[in-house]
Amino acid sequence: MSRINRYLADTLLILVIVVVFTSLLLLLVGASPHEAFGHLISGSFGSWSKFSRVLNVWIPLTLCSIGLLYAFRAGLWNIGVEGQVVLGAIGTVGVLRLGIDSGYPMVTLFLAMLAAAALGGGWALVAGWLKIRGGVHEIFAGLGLNFVAMGIVLWLIFGPWKRPGIASMSGTEVFPRELWFPTLEGWRVSPYAIGIAILLILATSWILNHSRFGLNLKAVGHNPRAVVLFGLSPQRYLLIAIIISGALAGLAGGLQVSGIYHRLIPAISSGYGYLGLLVVMLANFRLLPIPFIALFFAALNVGSIQLPMMMQLDSSLSGVIQGACVLSALLVFGIRHLRSRGPGN
Amino acid sequence: MNELPLAVLLASVLATATPLIIATLGETITEKAGVINLSLDGSLLLSAMVGFVVGYETGSFLLAFMAAAATGASVALLVGIYGIYLGQLQVAVGFALTLMCKDLAYFLGNPYSRLQGPQMISWKIPGLSEIPFFGPVLFQQPLTVYAGLLLIPAIWWYFYRTARGLELRAVGENPQACYTRGIDPRRKQILYILIGGALVGLAGAAFSLGIKPGWGRPQGIEGIGWIALAIVIFGGWHPVRVALGAFLFALLQVGGISLQNIWTAIPAQVFQVAPFPLMILALVLVNMLEHKSIQRWLEHRPGLAQLLDKLKGDPPRALGKTFHPD
Amino acid sequence: MQVELRQIHKRFGTNHALKGIDLSVQAGTIHGLVGENGAGKSTLMKILTGYLTRTEGRIFLDGGEVDNADPASAARNGIGMLYQEPQDFPPLTVLENFMVGRDTEPDPDRNRQRRRLLELADQVHFSLDPDQKLDKLTVGERQQLELLRLLGRGVQVLILDEPTTGISDRQKARLFEALRQIRDQGRTILLVSHKLEDVVALCDRVTVLRHGRVTGAEDAPFNVPGLLAMMFDAPPANDTHRQSLPAGEVLLSFEQVTAEGERTGLQDCSLDINQGEVVGLAGLSGSGQGLFLRLAAALLKPATGRIQLRGVPMDLKDHRFFKGTGGVFLPADRLEEGLIPGFTIQDHFALASNSNMAAARVSATEAIVRFRIRGEPDTPVESLSGGNQQRLLLSLIRLESSLILLENPTRGLDVESARWIWENLRRQFIRRGAIVFSSAELDEILEVADRVLVFYDGNIVRDLHINELDYQDVAAAMTGR
Repeated sequence: MSRINRYLADTLLILVIVVVFTSLLLLLVGASPHEAFGHLISGSFGSWSKFSRVLNVWIPLTLCSIGLLYAFRAGLWNIGVEGQVVLGAIGTVGVLRLGIDSGYPMVTLFLAMLAAAALGGGWALVAGWLKIRGGVHEIFAGLGLNFVAMGIVLWLIFGPWKRPGIASMSGTEVFPRELWFPTLEGWRVSPYAIGIAILLILATSWILNHSRFGLNLKAVGHNPRAVVLFGLSPQRYLLIAIIISGALAGLAGGLQVSGIYHRLIPAISSGYGYLGLLVVMLANFRLLPIPFIALFFAALNVGSIQLPMMMQLDSSLSGVIQGACVLSALLVFGIRHLRSRGPGN
Repeated sequence: MNELPLAVLLASVLATATPLIIATLGETITEKAGVINLSLDGSLLLSAMVGFVVGYETGSFLLAFMAAAATGASVALLVGIYGIYLGQLQVAVGFALTLMCKDLAYFLGNPYSRLQGPQMISWKIPGLSEIPFFGPVLFQQPLTVYAGLLLIPAIWWYFYRTARGLELRAVGENPQACYTRGIDPRRKQILYILIGGALVGLAGAAFSLGIKPGWGRPQGIEGIGWIALAIVIFGGWHPVRVALGAFLFALLQVGGISLQNIWTAIPAQVFQVAPFPLMILALVLVNMLEHKSIQRWLEHRPGLAQLLDKLKGDPPRALGKTFHPD
Repeated sequence: MQVELRQIHKRFGTNHALKGIDLSVQAGTIHGLVGENGAGKSTLMKILTGYLTRTEGRIFLDGGEVDNADPASAARNGIGMLYQEPQDFPPLTVLENFMVGRDTEPDPDRNRQRRRLLELADQVHFSLDPDQKLDKLTVGERQQLELLRLLGRGVQVLILDEPTTGISDRQKARLFEALRQIRDQGRTILLVSHKLEDVVALCDRVTVLRHGRVTGAEDAPFNVPGLLAMMFDAPPANDTHRQSLPAGEVLLSFEQVTAEGERTGLQDCSLDINQGEVVGLAGLSGSGQGLFLRLAAALLKPATGRIQLRGVPMDLKDHRFFKGTGGVFLPADRLEEGLIPGFTIQDHFALASNSNMAAARVSATEAIVRFRIRGEPDTPVESLSGGNQQRLLLSLIRLESSLILLENPTRGLDVESARWIWENLRRQFIRRGAIVFSSAELDEILEVADRVLVFYDGNIVRDLHINELDYQDVAAAMTGR
């Protein structure tokens, strides 16, 4: 079987498992699978307006996922993506607030994006530093920082950046339109943001697979002790990888503010950091499938929004399906792993 | 401060801590046998939902806790099968399960949101509960609190005083050596991941039927699973120290609520999340002790060095690595 | 108990490791199993203990066929093995290590087990503290404990895989004494070794394996050249012509260096290493040699004292600087520390040489031919054999290198490969620089080095030129006498 055929067979098998599992689950709660899947599809691909919403999810999710890929190459579990997205959003809001009356909205937006990447990267650097200097596993450093980031957002929303009059969970005041990422007539998604995402995918493809840095990074991930003898500093590569990872996540957070919410809300990260980890796992830590899986996941997220209204189901069905995808993928990889261990064992 | 508020405070710390103690001890058992069950944050929530729903439908606490334990054990079993038999990264499977169980809990529990359900009431131990101060703190608590407290010495005794406990530790240290000595490490690991998972499940029900009664989205225990995982490290995989870590966290949580009334300028939400980073910070500090310059400084302070040496623990050497015979 | 193996085959994937082995061992004897590395000795023994499953073949004990499908069932049949890599639990105590196991009915009574341990130790004159943590023990002591445990389980067939590696002469003498005692009780012992002197000293009969086949067997007293002929395709020549070069400039200098690590640390070490020297670091494993090499390679920093490389103080320099001045360090643990699992031979050349993939492919292809590496540029390094991994590491050394630090460079290699490697190293590097290497085998050091540093417990207790060296003295110094 050729490699492409095998991928297709795997994908099909995973989808079948997921559809069967989800159908059983829906029958369990007395809902019609047919109707539910119908809503999921029509809710995401039913119209250009719906699809543009899917793209609005796809962009930050893809950015988080490809960022994670850098960390994984270096052998790091950057679970702190959530917090890095949040910090990116905070950076953007901070710059936009300063630039409201500057009269140069485009410059302000550009600077806001830079701030997003810088704050996201910086936040990731803290996790990396804790790992290298403090010996704290990056999973726990990342989680701790996610909680801290959450605390900072809440403090900003209820404290210094609160809306005049009422501070509430609905977030800070909405920015004026000139500070929104420009879109085209009838689009809910900014073509610039799509462009940025595609550019970053292409750049990542080159960096990870063809550049010297990519090779070194991979070596660091495979055996950090040995690379020292090749004259590389594993710590430096770990830090660079996690900073890139954080910067991409921060950028995602920046786009959440400037392209979608136009203000700071407590749930500004939309859970894309955690979801990105699932995307990368489902992609088996390879770049090529990431944009497609991210699109699929984004469609699920958007499609499930109407489930509560139409079928009185919780929208978390999308998360269940996403998790089921990863688990069945791991099952398929696992069975292949068992087979490769040869007969007789 | 007079005696009564302190007693109330301590009683509330104890009650808050117990589900966490049960969960952390469960994870300690699992990790001591060499497997990381990272799914805690999700499996706690899922078993909390199952416990509540079964309790609501049947009115039986026994069935509710059994169902929750079975839920926790099933999720843990998935980690075991994927990690031990299918050769997948335990951390990856655990993480995927964390997210999935959480969503599954919200999805399946949706019809039971915000319903008035059963709640465990305190059980006063006759006689003992009359003792001033200690009575209200220790002996006027729900059953889960007593169970959680008894679990600490029980697990310590099992680990360090029984042959099976010795085998459990041996498997976590070197499964291959166990295999050469006629112990099937994979079967042991599956056994202990099931037991650990069941305890996590019980902890979930202890939340939804006890200190965070009811079901809803959010349930109010989101994030606790991650803290439980951190506490296991913080406690150096030792049951008593792990339990102390859980108390410390509960103290931070309950203390935060009190401080909220003092510093009203700081939004209440900040106090709710504060214990989480503080716990991680404690973990950082414990890890920092390993640092060379601090070790050197400690050389001249043997008493302190000994004390700190007791504080930190080494992870089981085979933690997270999977053993395959031949 | 009499042991008989018939037509044992083992395949690892496409590799046919054992090609029909017949072996018969009489009860109450010590039977040696010798052969070069990769001959299949350990594999055969792991099949007997059920640790590895056999592809084909039958096992008989006292004439009755047994399955031995896993270590537990082999143990119930009375077979126990002392593995080359200690199969124990370092964080647990000696007593706990003694207790763990279900190969026979486990006895959970600590006091009874403690008495049993001390009793057994007394019988064979070992002394172990039951409450000591195992990670405080030497390799030799850990081995003693494992031996006691197996005896306690009442093994009838005791297998020892390279038991004399890494233990002191005194421990070795005590071990041999205990083994003879065990044999005289009527038990059967199988000794796997590539050290002929051990086999000759201990065994009643020897079977020789080569490339997965039995090539011969002999009863004591043994004809050593004959055994060698059965072990190797051609007997290894013993003549090594060495001429020492006049000492050149100082490459590396240690001034009162003290450092922590490796259990013993390194104390107050002062010496110079000059161009043109081949320096052998002798000593029991873990006596400070590894630490010395890593300090020299700037992988570790000393606690006090000063290290200079070509006159440059290394206080603030790292391994990159060391490499930049022509230094190379090859660690003993090839896959753990030296190579990158998952990377191919070609990837390693790309990584080492800062060149692009096309150039790396050319150098990889060249090196494969020149260093006789059995592999292709696209072969992942973890699927190379130990010897070929070592050749790869050596082929990655840049020709202009001048200070070569090697940790146990021939560990796990057969005599032929080792000799080939040394010839190459000398020819290529000795005129330009110096070679410093550690080895667990004193014979190798005496054969190769011009100068010998003897390590004992973190101290350099001898610094001798090869001509002024006395074998007995070095051996004694290694064990602290």
